[in-house]
Amino acid sequence: MFRSSGTYRRRAVTLAAVATLGAGLLAGCADDGDDETGSSGGGKGGNKGGTTITVGTFGVFGYKQAGLYDEYMKLHPDINIEETSIERNENYYPQLLTHLGAGSGLADIQAIEIANITEITTTQADKFVDLSKAPGVKKDNWLSWKWAQATTKDGRTIGLGTDIGPMAICYRKDLFQQAGLPTDRDKVAKLWAGDWNKYIETGKQYMKKAPGDTAFVDSAGGVYNAVISSNAKRYYDESGKVIYKDSPAVKEAWNLATTASEDKLTAKLQQFQKSWDQAYSNGKFATVSCPPWMLGHIKEKAGDKAKDKWDVAAAPKPGNWGGSFIGVPKASKHQEEAMKLAAWLTAPEQQAKLFEKQASWPSAQAAYSLPTVADAKHPYFGNAPIGKIFAEAAKGIPTQVLGPKDQIIGSNIADIGLLQVDQQGKSPKDAWKAATKTIDNALDQ
Amino acid sequence: MTPPSGFTAGTAAPPTGQGGAAPRAVAAKAPDPGEERRRARRSRRYRWDIKYSPYAFVAPFFLFFAVFGLFPLLYTGWASLHRVELTDPTHMEWAGWHNYSRLWDDEFFWNALQNTFTIGVISTVPQLLMALGLAHLLNYKLRGSMFFRVAILTPYATSVAAATLVFVLLFGRDYGMINWALGLVGIDNIDWQNGTWTSQLAVSAIVIWRWTGYNALIYLAAMQAVPSDLYESAALDGASRWQQFLHVTIPSLRPTILFTIVVSTIGATQLFGEPLLFNGGAGASGGPDHQYQTLGLYLYEQGWTNLHLGRASAIAWTMFLILLLIAAANAIVARRLRKSQ
Repeated sequence: MFRSSGTYRRRAVTLAAVATLGAGLLAGCADDGDDETGSSGGGKGGNKGGTTITVGTFGVFGYKQAGLYDEYMKLHPDINIEETSIERNENYYPQLLTHLGAGSGLADIQAIEIANITEITTTQADKFVDLSKAPGVKKDNWLSWKWAQATTKDGRTIGLGTDIGPMAICYRKDLFQQAGLPTDRDKVAKLWAGDWNKYIETGKQYMKKAPGDTAFVDSAGGVYNAVISSNAKRYYDESGKVIYKDSPAVKEAWNLATTASEDKLTAKLQQFQKSWDQAYSNGKFATVSCPPWMLGHIKEKAGDKAKDKWDVAAAPKPGNWGGSFIGVPKASKHQEEAMKLAAWLTAPEQQAKLFEKQASWPSAQAAYSLPTVADAKHPYFGNAPIGKIFAEAAKGIPTQVLGPKDQIIGSNIADIGLLQVDQQGKSPKDAWKAATKTIDNALDQ
Repeated sequence: MTPPSGFTAGTAAPPTGQGGAAPRAVAAKAPDPGEERRRARRSRRYRWDIKYSPYAFVAPFFLFFAVFGLFPLLYTGWASLHRVELTDPTHMEWAGWHNYSRLWDDEFFWNALQNTFTIGVISTVPQLLMALGLAHLLNYKLRGSMFFRVAILTPYATSVAAATLVFVLLFGRDYGMINWALGLVGIDNIDWQNGTWTSQLAVSAIVIWRWTGYNALIYLAAMQAVPSDLYESAALDGASRWQQFLHVTIPSLRPTILFTIVVSTIGATQLFGEPLLFNGGAGASGGPDHQYQTLGLYLYEQGWTNLHLGRASAIAWTMFLILLLIAAANAIVARRLRKSQ
């Protein structure tokens, strides 16, 4: 008897252990953050009870850094906020799609990049909460095109605009002076006001007396991006048809970019590569298209030795580069609380604070008149009145026609086509063919 | 199976002395049907224990393999016969062999296959040859041999990401150290990343750097298992060091060499991290001309950039079939070698 009961006991213990492990594993798969709710009262947040809202972002959204989460938690003692961030949107976005498809693993608030917003509104809208009627959301706070980008055809708004990227031109005063060009930001802006061709002309003038082995602009891809971003119709027409091959805007941007490269105005770089950063540090080019978020990058990479050498002037035509939205998935267990938080984070006052601390330009036009934005000056860029310059640009941004595959088309034109011209010395005709082949292969389903 | 019975024998002893003896004596005298049944059950259980417990013990591995290995493999195969987009992964539209047949006409696929092959050759061959040489050197009595052995394994212990980032800097066009060194001997800056051969060489250099030491250690272990009397008799026959290496070491290492070739080939076919990061985070295109886009990168681009899961699955299965082909070829060569011995 004892013999068998002994083995039984052992076996029971083993079974229990296995069961516990198994249950733990299963729980690990099944539980996705919904176990931190109020009922347990405490746990992670120390003595804090209440609801935990999770926020999923990519890169640096700056909410945490600007202290906005802390402020909100102070205003709402029963709320905890936890942010998880994935560094690059290329990795974040596929994961978001997978989670949306599976209906689990989602945070209560999810960030969406502008390049993906059309794909989300056309294919995933039913998985997001309509925020247009959320408490504290006022449609008129936002720039109308920003609001429209996250709104479906049947009028549901699934994302609230966070920041936008109105573009200016950052330029090196010292290099401009040596090349015999004006250095005052208003005079510089006048050199090319209203016409990208004039920008290229200025480049040719610069190259005639270019100091050392510097170039006028960093890359052909950068020129292309700046020109295309100032156009309303790019890769899609209003009916959602892909038209990039015949789009006049693409043609104009492509021609200007390849001209810049063939006339040797570019430093033959690729943006956001190590060599690009090194070229900042070594002062190898005189201009670059810069939205507000780029200023911090320039300051960091060009460093102290370039202090007061950079300045900001208005671009030939205003355009937009980048920006994001935040939405609340329907799978969220705390939709009400998440909607309140999303509305608060994107309200003009908070957007202004975010601009002050993180240089994210507000998509809420109501923020532009707030003193922290309107009177903003950047000491590194010779105290340039960036509040004024970017507000001006933001108001002039055209209402762009977006499409679900904008990112694939745009990045392949720049990273395949223009790199072939700029870095491999191929003819624009061959490079265009290579780019369109890649894009056709990518779009064809 | 022994520990439980040993354990119970120990604990069961005292009770038998007190009260447990009685029922047993009774059972011996007059067979109680209940006790009989219990005994039969017990022995049946014992038999089952012996028979099936081993399966239970190895089951976790197979369970995990089924969940994380076999199921994804089969599901990928199933998905490859459908049109599936990452924007709606649950919606699958039957496509038959379309995803495979289009690969046949897909110049990007063939380009990727060719790149995988050339990068595989220019990384594996020098790597194994160098590993063999290094192992031979380390096999001599050296001062601080432990240090050298650890030192050659350190590249293997670094992460792909960290190593590749450093190599990207080394191979930089304008500020790279390699171009700087070449400049000292009068060679102009080479744009490593943009040339077809130069970029493939650069990617191979990362692979070689990371894996040579690992293979050298495997060779070294095999070399130390070669009986020394073989060398002695070879030396008596007047064989030089080189001849000893050629006619004693290499033949003894044959199975090991075959093993490293198989492992390196699998690694080369799946090459992914190095070419991806060599592009400096500019996506999985493998350079403006796709000049170092490997099969792994092309799969990734189709699946996670272009969001075509079905096509990506077809590429994955094609890679799997290619590996099976290579394995079959290897098996044939191995059998030939064994026969010739």
